[in-house]
Amino acid sequence: MSKIIEEKQNVVIKFAGDSGDGMQLVGTQFTNNTASVGHDLGTFPDFPAEIRAPQGTLPGVSGFQIHFGSTEIYTPGDTCDVLVAMNAAALKSNLRNVNQNGIIILNTAGFDSRNLKLAGYQDNPLDGDLLNGFIVYKIDITKLTRDALEEVELGVRDKDRSKNMFVLGFIYWLYNRTPENTIQFIERKFKNDEVVREANIRALKAGYNYADITEAFSSRFKVQPAKMAPGTYRSITGNPALALGLIAAAQKTGLQLFYGTYPITPASDILHELARHKNFNVKTFQAEDEIAAICSSIGAAFGGNLGITGTSGPGLALKAEAMGLAVMLELPLIILNVQRAGPSTGLPTKTEQSDLLQAVYGRNGECPMPVIAASTPSSCFEVAYKAVKMALEHMTPVLVLSDGYIANGAEPWKFPKAADLDEINVSVVTSKESEEKFMPYLRDENLVRQWAVPGTEGLEHRIGGLEKEDVTGSVSYDPENHQKMVKIREAKVEKIAEFIPEQEVDSGKESGKILVLGWGSTYGSIKSAVTELIHEGYDVSHAHLTYIKPFPRNLGELLHRFEKVLIPEINNGQLIKMIRDKYLIDAKGYNKIKGTPITKNELKEEIIKMYS
Amino acid sequence: MKIKAPIRKATIPKPEIENNGGLSSKDFVSGQEVRWCPGCGDYSILKQMQTILPQIGVDKKDIVFISGIGCSSRFPYYLDTFGMHSIHGRATAIASGLKATRPELSIWVVSGDGDGLSIGGNHMAHLLRRNFNVNVLLFNNEIYGLTKGQYSPTSKVSTVTKSTPLGSIDHPFNPAAFAMGSDGSFIARTMDRDPKHLQTMLLRSHVHSGTSFLEIYQNCNIFNDGAFFDYTEKESKPGNALFVEHGKPMRFGADNEYGIRLDGTRPQVIKIGDEYGVEDVWVHDEKDIIKANILIRMEANYPDEKLPRPFGVFYETNRPNYEVLMQQQVDNALVQKGKGDLDALIAGNETWVIN
Repeated sequence: MSKIIEEKQNVVIKFAGDSGDGMQLVGTQFTNNTASVGHDLGTFPDFPAEIRAPQGTLPGVSGFQIHFGSTEIYTPGDTCDVLVAMNAAALKSNLRNVNQNGIIILNTAGFDSRNLKLAGYQDNPLDGDLLNGFIVYKIDITKLTRDALEEVELGVRDKDRSKNMFVLGFIYWLYNRTPENTIQFIERKFKNDEVVREANIRALKAGYNYADITEAFSSRFKVQPAKMAPGTYRSITGNPALALGLIAAAQKTGLQLFYGTYPITPASDILHELARHKNFNVKTFQAEDEIAAICSSIGAAFGGNLGITGTSGPGLALKAEAMGLAVMLELPLIILNVQRAGPSTGLPTKTEQSDLLQAVYGRNGECPMPVIAASTPSSCFEVAYKAVKMALEHMTPVLVLSDGYIANGAEPWKFPKAADLDEINVSVVTSKESEEKFMPYLRDENLVRQWAVPGTEGLEHRIGGLEKEDVTGSVSYDPENHQKMVKIREAKVEKIAEFIPEQEVDSGKESGKILVLGWGSTYGSIKSAVTELIHEGYDVSHAHLTYIKPFPRNLGELLHRFEKVLIPEINNGQLIKMIRDKYLIDAKGYNKIKGTPITKNELKEEIIKMYS
Repeated sequence: MKIKAPIRKATIPKPEIENNGGLSSKDFVSGQEVRWCPGCGDYSILKQMQTILPQIGVDKKDIVFISGIGCSSRFPYYLDTFGMHSIHGRATAIASGLKATRPELSIWVVSGDGDGLSIGGNHMAHLLRRNFNVNVLLFNNEIYGLTKGQYSPTSKVSTVTKSTPLGSIDHPFNPAAFAMGSDGSFIARTMDRDPKHLQTMLLRSHVHSGTSFLEIYQNCNIFNDGAFFDYTEKESKPGNALFVEHGKPMRFGADNEYGIRLDGTRPQVIKIGDEYGVEDVWVHDEKDIIKANILIRMEANYPDEKLPRPFGVFYETNRPNYEVLMQQQVDNALVQKGKGDLDALIAGNETWVIN
């Protein structure tokens, strides 16, 4: 029987199941497949902090949302068109986000009395009218997977692990895809385990064929490729993008890369990525704690290497004293902070932008350090690269902010060629330049001191955390000198504003009624909301900060061209404090602190409210 | 009876080393005014260090001193080498990153009992287990000096200080036992007031491949004067300090009349003469980890025996250095995968083209 093919402009699918159901893998595979057929996309993996949270419960639900289409996509989507729910808890925690007339695909095996009880359902939602208004497909995915694997010599528990591949198979069919890249992936991943490999491929094909032959699915969907700028693309998530940016910068400068770190969610994947690329002269060091992590990187930097450390909020707090040392030593160093919801341990797997003030101000003493922020998964590459350039050219530690949302979210990336990357000047002194005694704190016109590393004859010198005498670097307790050095360190960082680009307006006019000013991972939501409102006739613009310390030199002037400024943040109002302090404008905040991204629609409402 | 004490000569053979380019100890003086209290034990340690540095066969440019915080940690300022006076307790971690990336450098960590065993105890343990080839000099004065006299993690129980007016109740660390528990590959003890022994121990620390842990008894004449006088002063030293040497019987006393005998695993003091001969005395073996553990802890384990305090190299073994293994992984990756191709890395496994 022939099936109808419906055309769609863009689609949001949410895969949800128990944290052991393999939903993240399904999401990643579908993402790669989606990217390879030329759609623009955005994703949002959302998983519990526990590796195996209590089975069947609401806190144990793991989800992966993907938004793809033939138009430009900036967010993973506010609500979904398709929900795949592997059990009752997955349905319960996601039902309110499914669009009217949306498709819900349910694994009926996940709705037995035990699962219903754990999810807190009094009555089985498969029977009542809770799901009226949706297109519901009830499939016993568990049984169908077991049937498909009847001839495979595996225990039932192991067979059930393949049910995610069954799901992926029928979603591939539903969206008119071929499963080839996933088959290749399975062959690579299980190349040494024939039985598991066979089970996964069979389940995948079974799901695909089931959708094809069953009467239940009468139509499938087709989405045209997006009109994206010509070029070669790949799919990328934020953490690997940071790692690649760092390696690219190290390769460009010829420096050995040293990454000292301590495992912490959601930053650990940066370590995992870097550890795989030792043939790029990369050394990774899993230190005994956060403090040793940054200190080992400072040691590497003292030795003339590209020293990098990475962490998340609680780890950044532990590194604060050593960051102060790096500021005092005026050595190049990169500190990556992949933010998560705090305070304290907070919500380790949920996103937040609440470390901004910690990044800018959170150290003892007057301790200025440049801070730059990534705004999308792919921008992590560029931001990491620029951070290295800034650190090396200005002899300063640089703090890079990312967050859990962009760390794990994926998007297509038109990646650069290595040859097209900016040049980076490294100012290592290779020999003694005069008969005079070497002066470690002598500065150039940009207030930058020289990098003299052990092993260089005649440049033996001592540095440390005690206040330095200007020029000589000797220990000094002189009050005049201390004030002078505090001012010099601040001026050195502020001088970087002369080397970074002016702030541009991302969407909308250069002046007007409302400017929405953002930073970090809210980029996609603000961009989508503002673009739609402009189409609807509103006078609204969007500017997005990458450089937070120092701010771009024209930022004040830009802000003053608008009647009102709205600053949405996933925190209790942090950038807004800095903007009000520095530019004395009456900016308004929109603050969401739920561990989830700001959605396009809630932001649109907020802007409209401000408009009137 | 008062023991007559001839000044004991350090007979421990110095390790074989070469002179480095005709430098003298003066070449290692930085010129910065030394600011320890007059009479501080640190002066002697600095002087012995400046004496041995011209002898270690390493160019001045390749020597780095890294310290934490505390009186001892001013050390790098006074030596004309590369140096870093870092933050409290972290010199070991900074040295780890430097050694990992610059294995050819001769790196010396200068720390104290507070810096190295209290706030920096964690990093110390991990440095030792990783066995980076660096030398740790732990100046032990059993007191916090720079903060003006609080008890430290090596202070004896009941030490009365400003922070413990009724006496300290903390059980102290035995630094050598701490190093042993962290699988240190070189564990030794010396003292500020025996320049020759100190020099020899510094040279041995340098020669050892792996983390050298050298505890140096250092007198704080302001806040804990005389803490080690039993072992360092002419009158009391011969009867209380035992200088161990590899392959030599453990003898002490003004006329070397006493020895340590091992009765099974139990050490005892014997007088050499009628009942026991020299052949009954325990012969020190630096390579024997079991006996090294007995030696390091013997006073605490057998308080009734009135055993002397040992000095010298207690234990030395060879095991791989972290920085060497780390470099090997990089080298192996280069052999297996070839030099990294940046464009291929950025592109990843799956790409697509939009025209």
